[in-house]
Amino acid sequence: MSSNVATNSPPVVGNPMGTGNRRGDIIATAVVWLLLLSMPYWMALIGGYTELAIRIVVMGLAAMSLNFLLGFTGVLSFGHAAYFGLGGYGVAMCIKYLVPSTPVAMLVGIATGTIAAMVIGALIVKLRGVYFAMVTIAFGQVFYFIAFRWNNVTGGDDGLSGWSRKALDLGFTTIDLPGNDKAYYYFALFVFALCVGAMALILRSPFGRTLIAIRENERRARFLGIPVDQHIWMSFVISCFFAAVAGCLYALLSNFIDPRALRWDQSGNFVIMAVLGGMRSFWGPLLGAAIFVALQDYVSSQTENWMSFIGVFFMLIVIFFPRGILGILKRSVTK
Amino acid sequence: MSQVLLFNVFNGLIVGAFYALMALGLSLILNLSGVINFAHGGFLALGAYLAYTLMPHIGFWGALLVAPILTAILGLIAERLLIRPLYGRDPLYSLLLTFGLAYVLEDVSRYIWGAQSLPFAIPSWLTTPLSSQFFFLTGYRIFMVLLVGLAVAGLFIILNKTRLGMRIRAGTLDLETVSVLGVNVRILRNLNFGLGIYLAGLAGVLAAGMLGLQPTIGTSLIMPSFVAIIVGGLGSLPGTLLGGLLIGVASGVTTVYFPSATEAVMYVMMGLVLLVRPRGLLGEEGRVQ
Repeated sequence: MSSNVATNSPPVVGNPMGTGNRRGDIIATAVVWLLLLSMPYWMALIGGYTELAIRIVVMGLAAMSLNFLLGFTGVLSFGHAAYFGLGGYGVAMCIKYLVPSTPVAMLVGIATGTIAAMVIGALIVKLRGVYFAMVTIAFGQVFYFIAFRWNNVTGGDDGLSGWSRKALDLGFTTIDLPGNDKAYYYFALFVFALCVGAMALILRSPFGRTLIAIRENERRARFLGIPVDQHIWMSFVISCFFAAVAGCLYALLSNFIDPRALRWDQSGNFVIMAVLGGMRSFWGPLLGAAIFVALQDYVSSQTENWMSFIGVFFMLIVIFFPRGILGILKRSVTK
Repeated sequence: MSQVLLFNVFNGLIVGAFYALMALGLSLILNLSGVINFAHGGFLALGAYLAYTLMPHIGFWGALLVAPILTAILGLIAERLLIRPLYGRDPLYSLLLTFGLAYVLEDVSRYIWGAQSLPFAIPSWLTTPLSSQFFFLTGYRIFMVLLVGLAVAGLFIILNKTRLGMRIRAGTLDLETVSVLGVNVRILRNLNFGLGIYLAGLAGVLAAGMLGLQPTIGTSLIMPSFVAIIVGGLGSLPGTLLGGLLIGVASGVTTVYFPSATEAVMYVMMGLVLLVRPRGLLGEEGRVQ
């Protein structure tokens, strides 16, 4: 199944994450960071607001973490909302019931999501292609049902509220995360930068190159003596780790988490963000997330038929833009 | 207590029969075309709503006969227009497409028939309990189990005795060879998709009589169907049937002792099966890679 992926894509030469053009990559990266750093200041000019900017960063991180697995290892996971949502529930429950501290709660949230991914990853790592996708979908629902049913702890269908993010005490100064939207934006962007930097480093390492080799031709990688199952497991866990980080930021953003953050439709949203932006490029999923979040914000304020809209949107992307926006751009540049 | 247990085992069996009927359709499509049809639940709901609309005109029996066929025709059209262009591409794309289609079908059902639960009238002689001691044994439930059994038997007869069925089975093993032997694979996949959707439509009509009719009826049945396929064994239709019945009974029994784990238990079963036997209970070897 994964060999299908390989035949559909041009072989990657040079930098696995970019256009193969070093100067172009540096310029693109610089532009992305400039836009991200200044986002709260120009968001209002184009009709947005700071919370929307934060949502873009958070969903962008989630989509990029999914793409670590989908685009760079060639493994289709359709259940990433589970680890995203577990991160969110970890944060919420830690602040509400255990320790009222933002960083401690984030550690708890990340650990929750990652441990779940380690266990489930070990169960599913032998499967490939559509079967892998199907099992990830099914397992994604376990946590949804737990959050939905375990009313007295998780708040059930109503979600978990009655807690809020705490100010960040750095010793020499305190950052007012709860009261200042922009402060929370830059906190989220800082975490985003750490995660994205780590992902880029991993992908440049021999380990990351091996993942790309598995994506391109699993059988050949296996014949070269690469323990493919272990690598896919590692990639799955790393990917879910970052998804859990995004989930933490998501819960902290609205001081609220509900079972919908864990559900299959959320997983589908992450996949479509990655595909829309271009899953063969490093920054593609961020672009996809930005478009998706902005559209969601606009369309759901205009019409009640959000589901039909998003459904048609999914189908149009699959039929007309399977390579994603950056995929198309990249192709026209290299031609 | 034992009566409550018996009641829930029987209930689980019926729910499992739904899962199995739906999962068999999903499995047919997955095995031949490598497509996870996320919109299966949407077609199920469509079948149920069509039956609801047809019933005042042609009665329950007429609707039971006609609605699944109409649903299957819609399935044939959807396959032709939307899914066929995606064969041979990464399975990611057909999954995303049917995912979008599932949204659209659910929203369309809600738009046409409303978000409220609709009453679905079944013949009154089917709803009366057969005995006062076993109050849960209404005619409808027995009838439903019989009908699911009949549908499954019919499916296996089609697959084993007819030319179409043999081609579907052969195509599942090696589509390229079947194509080389002169079978039109496009038509084969189309008909196979229609057959799968027919089963979804039938499950929809039956489920509506049992669970009531609302736009989300399909989504609530599709996840367990995935689990049924994985537990029963990838690539094996008897396995899918077994998987559906097993998880149905397991959730039925769990309802008695630990109601809040009703859904979770099937995922625990799935985890155990994957741990001990990754290809599923009756799965074919080598299929999962």
